[in-house]
Amino acid sequence: MVKTYMLDEIEVRALCGVDLQVCTGEMLAITGPSGSGKSTLMHIVGLLDRPTSGTVTIDGVDVSNMVPNELSAVRNRRIGFVFQSFNLLARTTAQSNVELPLIYAGVSGAERARRAREALQRVGLGDRLGHMPNQLSGGQQQRVAIARALVTEPSIVLADEPTGNLDSRSGIEVMAFLQELNAQGITIVLVTHDARVADHAQRVVEMMDGEIVADRCVANRIDAAVELETLGAVKGVGQ
Amino acid sequence: MSFFESFRIALRALTANKVRSALTMLGVIIGVAAVILLVAIGSGVQQEITGQIEGLGSNLLFVFPGNFSGGGGGGAGGPGVEIQKRFNMDDAQLVQRRLGAEAIVVPVVQGPAVLKSGNRTLRTTIAGANQAGDQVFNSTYVAGRHYSRSEYSSGARVVMLGATPSKELFPGQNPVGRELTVNGERFTVIAQLAAMGGTLSGDQDNQIYMPATTAQRLLGSRDLSSIIIKAIDPKKIDLIKAQTQQVLRPKFGEEFTVFTQEQTLGLLSSLLGTLTVMLAGIAGISLLVGGIGIMNIMLVSVSERTREIGIRKAVGARTHDILSQFVIEAVVLSVSGGVIGIALGWAGAAALTRFVPTQVTWWAVTLAFFFSAAVGIFFGVYPAWKASRLDPIEALRYE
Repeated sequence: MVKTYMLDEIEVRALCGVDLQVCTGEMLAITGPSGSGKSTLMHIVGLLDRPTSGTVTIDGVDVSNMVPNELSAVRNRRIGFVFQSFNLLARTTAQSNVELPLIYAGVSGAERARRAREALQRVGLGDRLGHMPNQLSGGQQQRVAIARALVTEPSIVLADEPTGNLDSRSGIEVMAFLQELNAQGITIVLVTHDARVADHAQRVVEMMDGEIVADRCVANRIDAAVELETLGAVKGVGQ
Repeated sequence: MSFFESFRIALRALTANKVRSALTMLGVIIGVAAVILLVAIGSGVQQEITGQIEGLGSNLLFVFPGNFSGGGGGGAGGPGVEIQKRFNMDDAQLVQRRLGAEAIVVPVVQGPAVLKSGNRTLRTTIAGANQAGDQVFNSTYVAGRHYSRSEYSSGARVVMLGATPSKELFPGQNPVGRELTVNGERFTVIAQLAAMGGTLSGDQDNQIYMPATTAQRLLGSRDLSSIIIKAIDPKKIDLIKAQTQQVLRPKFGEEFTVFTQEQTLGLLSSLLGTLTVMLAGIAGISLLVGGIGIMNIMLVSVSERTREIGIRKAVGARTHDILSQFVIEAVVLSVSGGVIGIALGWAGAAALTRFVPTQVTWWAVTLAFFFSAAVGIFFGVYPAWKASRLDPIEALRYE
């Protein structure tokens, strides 16, 4: 798979011949320094962007030649996104933000509200349904985004630097949710430049200059739930 | 997704961004209201002026001493015209005899007067005419009658009061039958006239009307100020003009001028033309200002809205979902803004009638509404249309 950009008539090769297979139910981290092409790769996998050449296959279906509206439908039903900058609609309540994918899925109003509330309860924000994004902390906003990603019960969740804008504790909480989702059978692809965050995954793919330079299994996988407990304990001792 | 669902999404987006929605609507409101109001004032004034000129009578000829045809065509009585010979009663009779039953000839005598009644005094203007005077002066009687032919022939000391003299000298009373002095001579009031308001030809309310014969004696002059001729058949006005000139030429040569109503209108047509151009200009500028207001607020919110489109597409919105949302948003804002603008402009025009004549015109309402709505919809939908064609990631990255 190749992706090139034209910037001021100079061809920039963001991805030069990447071949990656993600297995169902896997939790994969893509790491690498900035500019290595990891985000581009994830955007292409998430159908937000198109490869210049090459194909993307999801569950055996080639999506490379789909028209934009078909891609929208695939994103809507099969993929959930969590972004570094949250990308919530401003001046719109947490519940309405979570309902958004369901509106485009054609789910009726009452059903939509019920499922959005459920999803927010799952991420521990059952008491924040009517809050606007600017009334929530970064960690809470990212949890709203996670609720939005899982409300359609997707088979894949893609997270682009999900902990990038968060303090370490909120970041660990987010990782705990992603690990929990993975434990329920959802495939997770995670982009991060932080090796420690990457070690929460089962498999780490390292990128450099648009190519995959390493592909390894994580020997000592970090369990975010355990980390949270430790943090709580440290905090307890500190007090 | 159903239309109803699109409508709800659009309304939700509008209420979520109240300030932006209000500012966009304000652009439409200002554009529409300004055009309606300004055009209403303009056409109100225009209609009033035209009405006043037509009120003078469309079948009248005004004969003035002096030659006004050369030298730049200034208005009647304008400076620079030296009057050698004035008309007298014989000239008026000569014209009447020549025209016969085709026309009514009214000799007019004008001059200053001081009215006294008890201890009240008023400076005013005399308008003297014959028994047919009310055929050429547009006046409405509050009470009383016009002077008769015999009063004209005998030069009777009878006077008809305009609204101002009635009010000043006989406040709250019916002056008919009362007596007053005009330049020291005792007169009997035979009529009270209704107020006409200020007009282009001056304050017609501060005037008194009496037989021209009486006026001549009072002013100590045998001259006439002018002769007004009313054609019985307006179609023959040109013929009557030619006949009048024929009658007067042997005695006056070119030293007199006959104005038709059309010429009087012609004197004002350039003024009216300027007014029309001014109107169009004002309407254009108002639309431009309103349009730029709408455009600004729409374009300023493009980056925010492009990100919104990116988010919506990332979670599964299709191109037509985005478009229908934005079209509905723009239509709702533009139409409601337009309706409020029409209401405001109309109310403003109604409120202003106390100070200036206003007339709400349909073309202004229609033009303002559709232009503002079109600008609103275009600038609401066009950026959204462009953004909806981007790959979602490009829309999300938009700065």
